[in-house]
Amino acid sequence: MASYETRFGSLSSYDQGQVVIIDDDPRNYAFSNVFDVASHARAFEQIAVAKNLEYVLAVERVEHVSPWRTAVHDQFALVMDGEVVFEFVDVEQQPEGTPEGGSITLADEPTGPPMGTVVARQGHMVLLPAGSAYRYSADVAAVLLLQTVVGPEVRFRWPQICQTTVN
Amino acid sequence: MSTETIGPESAPATPANQHGYRDFRLGAFAFSRDEYFAHIVWPTGQHVMSIDSFLRALQRDIAWNFFYGIVNFDGVFGTTNHYGMVDVFAGRYNDAYRKAELDHLETVDTPVVHDVFVDIIKDWTNNGFDPFASPAETGSAFGVKNGDNDAAVTRERVTAQRMVGLPDDEQPRSDESGYPINRQFLDVPQDEPEVRAEPGYEGQIAAFSLKAYLSRSDVTWNPSVVSVCRDSLMCPTTEEYILPIIHGNDRAEWFIQLSDEITWEVEDRDTGRKRATVVMKPGDVAAMPADIRHQGYSPKRSMLLVWENNSSEIPELIATGKVSSRPVDFGE
Repeated sequence: MASYETRFGSLSSYDQGQVVIIDDDPRNYAFSNVFDVASHARAFEQIAVAKNLEYVLAVERVEHVSPWRTAVHDQFALVMDGEVVFEFVDVEQQPEGTPEGGSITLADEPTGPPMGTVVARQGHMVLLPAGSAYRYSADVAAVLLLQTVVGPEVRFRWPQICQTTVN
Repeated sequence: MSTETIGPESAPATPANQHGYRDFRLGAFAFSRDEYFAHIVWPTGQHVMSIDSFLRALQRDIAWNFFYGIVNFDGVFGTTNHYGMVDVFAGRYNDAYRKAELDHLETVDTPVVHDVFVDIIKDWTNNGFDPFASPAETGSAFGVKNGDNDAAVTRERVTAQRMVGLPDDEQPRSDESGYPINRQFLDVPQDEPEVRAEPGYEGQIAAFSLKAYLSRSDVTWNPSVVSVCRDSLMCPTTEEYILPIIHGNDRAEWFIQLSDEITWEVEDRDTGRKRATVVMKPGDVAAMPADIRHQGYSPKRSMLLVWENNSSEIPELIATGKVSSRPVDFGE
């Protein structure tokens, strides 16, 4: 019986593919790599790697402890590399200025009751429930892919992260 | 080009032919099969496809409810979804057929074309052949009529309402629930995240192993919804061999390669002119713009995260120029 090796990527080991252009503009494909983006990011920056109107997928490098954040809608975090500890707090009232889309960083520690924790590793998907406060931490640099909505904390760097030339 | 809009009726199927299969009609389209091929005839032409390829494409068109945009069974025949109505076409997106004016298109109420397609796949699929399975994991589609495989061809697409693993939602897969680890994913770790909810918050915080979930998928090239943020749908899928359709986009679609490698051949949506080849490795992200069609090749079973915006307004926004077919603005 044949044996198979399943290959995943990581911050320490990734190999990018490419767009081979026949008759097109490579920018039409917004081609990037999650690990490449994270390797050049500051901790806890949300850098868009995919966007469809108001929705976005953002890469976030997790290193040490994030600020507390909240959003009015569900978000989902897929751990692409490393181990991440998520903490959740039940906030009774959303802070003033919480946007309709995306997360906002809380100015102070949330004061509500703790909801629990999740320890997630590469390939695990975690719910960031609407209306909760949450933060995450990693002892060793980890990478998240966030399913969220465009908001004040999302950064767009398409020319820097995407293939723009014909190889 | 000839076009026709047909109403809620379709012609009844005929008795079985010499190979044991029934013939079907949908407006002016006639469908028949023999031991090896599907034959499609319309007023200005005819077309033949290998029956295994035809059934694999037909299966996905049905299960996806005609999907987003165009489902090309090959370079000639397919469907275009108008979300309530469906165009069934031959040669519509083929430059040679268009120039020769041999293409044909019929606009049909969605339930009518759905019912005819279901009748075809149930009658033409033999016992032991699963159109959703990889070719290495299923029996033959060929030969004279030999039973059926209704359990396989009536599978419904898995769609979580919020996230897999939450109470009253889709659940992770296991041996016990009938989903063993696929032969090409035996090395994928099966550990689950550690969820420690405080009393009273059980079921409000949640997590699951997406890679373990995917390693136990029994189908290929069949995106299932695992998480929902308003109209933003995470639709991961496991891929092996060739995508059985050529998907013509009516909106930008995004791919995130989770494991292994897929090569995408990209063509102009309307003419089939070659535009690019996209080679994706683990961690790679690529958009498929709204004016192309694409077909993927996965030499080893791989994990692909397909990300869709499910908004019904997008095709109109793109058609009227309010939204660009290009996925992102590099000046943003």
